[in-house]
Amino acid sequence: MYSQGLLGANTETEETPEFLAAFQARIDREEKIEPNDPMPAAYRKTLIRMISQHAHSEIVGMLPEGNWITRAPTLRRKVALLAKVQDEGGHGLYLYSAAETLGVSREQLTEELLSGKAKYSSIFNYPTPTWADIGAIGWLVDGAAIMNQVPLCRCSYGPYARAMIRVCKEESFHQRQGYELISSLAEGTEEQKAMAQDALNRWWWPSLMMFGPSDTDSQHSDQSMAWKIKRFTNDELRQKFVDATVPQAELIGLTMPDENLRWNETKNNGQGGYDFGEIDWDEFWQVVKGHGMMNKDRINARRKAWDDGAWVREAALAHAEKQSNAKTAAKTAA
Amino acid sequence: MAESQQHLQAAVLQIADDHLILGHRLSEWCGHAPMLEEDLSMPNMALDLIGQARHLYAYAAVLEGKGRSEDDLAYLRTDREYTNCLMVERGNTDFAHTMLKQLYFAAFMKPFWSFVENSSDSTLSSIAGKAVKEISYHIRHCGEWVIRLGDGTDESAQRMQQAVDALHPYTEELFWCDDHRQACIDDGVLPAEHVVRPQWQTTINAVFDQARLSTPEVTFPLLGGREGKHTEEFGFLLAELQYMQRAYPGAQW
Repeated sequence: MYSQGLLGANTETEETPEFLAAFQARIDREEKIEPNDPMPAAYRKTLIRMISQHAHSEIVGMLPEGNWITRAPTLRRKVALLAKVQDEGGHGLYLYSAAETLGVSREQLTEELLSGKAKYSSIFNYPTPTWADIGAIGWLVDGAAIMNQVPLCRCSYGPYARAMIRVCKEESFHQRQGYELISSLAEGTEEQKAMAQDALNRWWWPSLMMFGPSDTDSQHSDQSMAWKIKRFTNDELRQKFVDATVPQAELIGLTMPDENLRWNETKNNGQGGYDFGEIDWDEFWQVVKGHGMMNKDRINARRKAWDDGAWVREAALAHAEKQSNAKTAAKTAA
Repeated sequence: MAESQQHLQAAVLQIADDHLILGHRLSEWCGHAPMLEEDLSMPNMALDLIGQARHLYAYAAVLEGKGRSEDDLAYLRTDREYTNCLMVERGNTDFAHTMLKQLYFAAFMKPFWSFVENSSDSTLSSIAGKAVKEISYHIRHCGEWVIRLGDGTDESAQRMQQAVDALHPYTEELFWCDDHRQACIDDGVLPAEHVVRPQWQTTINAVFDQARLSTPEVTFPLLGGREGKHTEEFGFLLAELQYMQRAYPGAQW
């Protein structure tokens, strides 16, 4: 209800040099920007874009994993997967709420997703043909998401930063769960081991792409860093992810699908890190532009759920209206 | 296995199958619900049901004493060996059918678990203690939806009534009593029909009254699940459910 009060409110701010300087000074003092505070239009726009893309990613991300709920191999795995996919929906819900504090409605954002105007994380345009993909998503995709999201807990925009604290706790649980799942496959029969390796082969490179274009090509980075919306560059986060994940694969006897991967002592200011091969940026951009294997299926599934559910939402509104009319009538009669 | 234990095992398995299959159907909605809130609520209820199924299968396996696990019972039987009632296996059709199916079932399980909570079987009574709280929420949540849809728009009212017409003939099987169930009733472990039916009827009447729904006269109740005689769509449900266990026999997951 709190955020609804902000929908359609006048959010215009006169962006004089004095105002912009004072705003930047607040950011530099690590003060949190709150919903009712004046803010530059571009700051608001950037946050709406980031938070809504994040929310959409959670919602679309329910589909590839949801694909295995009815086929999970044991009851324990079934319950864990169901709970995990439900968590993603929960993240979507409070991220949409965080976006609403900036003056956009969930309906508006949903329309943008369904029309194809809004983007979501491209990783979810890859398919989940095997059970091992559920492990790979938890381990690699949630693992990469955490690298991106932990710094967002310190984001300058208060509602986003606070939402991310809870999201990160749950994501880190999912990451451990995914790693545990894929570890048990890696320790299993030859068929299971092969299934785990195949999933790693398919998900490794798309996971690296999750950090976005290289710093030299990223169009949003500089201003977002100055506003402390982002704290690290795409390439810095990607490097952290590689350094954290390679030893995890080694530990369970899986091989990264990158022949150029090797330890480099001089990396990370002499602390060492991994050199890795060139990302296929053509594939990245093709999938971003909608040509991946599952892009159309994902949007069609979301659109179908929305369209098929229209009569339910209309009925709920109609019933609520009747209830409220009856209440008013009762009050008038009294 | 003593005769009374055999009866109890078979009766527990019936309830376990009801919970697993209903939870499985509900889980099919995950990611495809009419609104985000329901994408959270339906998996939540599915988690309750499958969680209860796990306890019940584990207990059935102990009673059986053949060293089988909850997963052996859940995944590695043939269709004729599942004894869930037919209603829980019926497809989701639409949101009206789904909410009504949940309501019918929850309205039955509430007085069922309330009785079992105080019954002489300590394992079942501890399962019941948690289940009765969960199922009360299912009644509330699904009952509210049945009212909203029944009262909402012309379309929703029509869909809701169609769901009642389609599913009501399956409700009689909830009260099915075979030798196994009867033996458990005689032992005071499970409730008799006269304990459960009036409360079920009261819950349903109260909801239907507000939802402006009429109950069709059922001249031929649809039965069979408790004897392992299932609908055609059940085979497809099992094909999905059992896929991994059948494709990779003996593997640990």
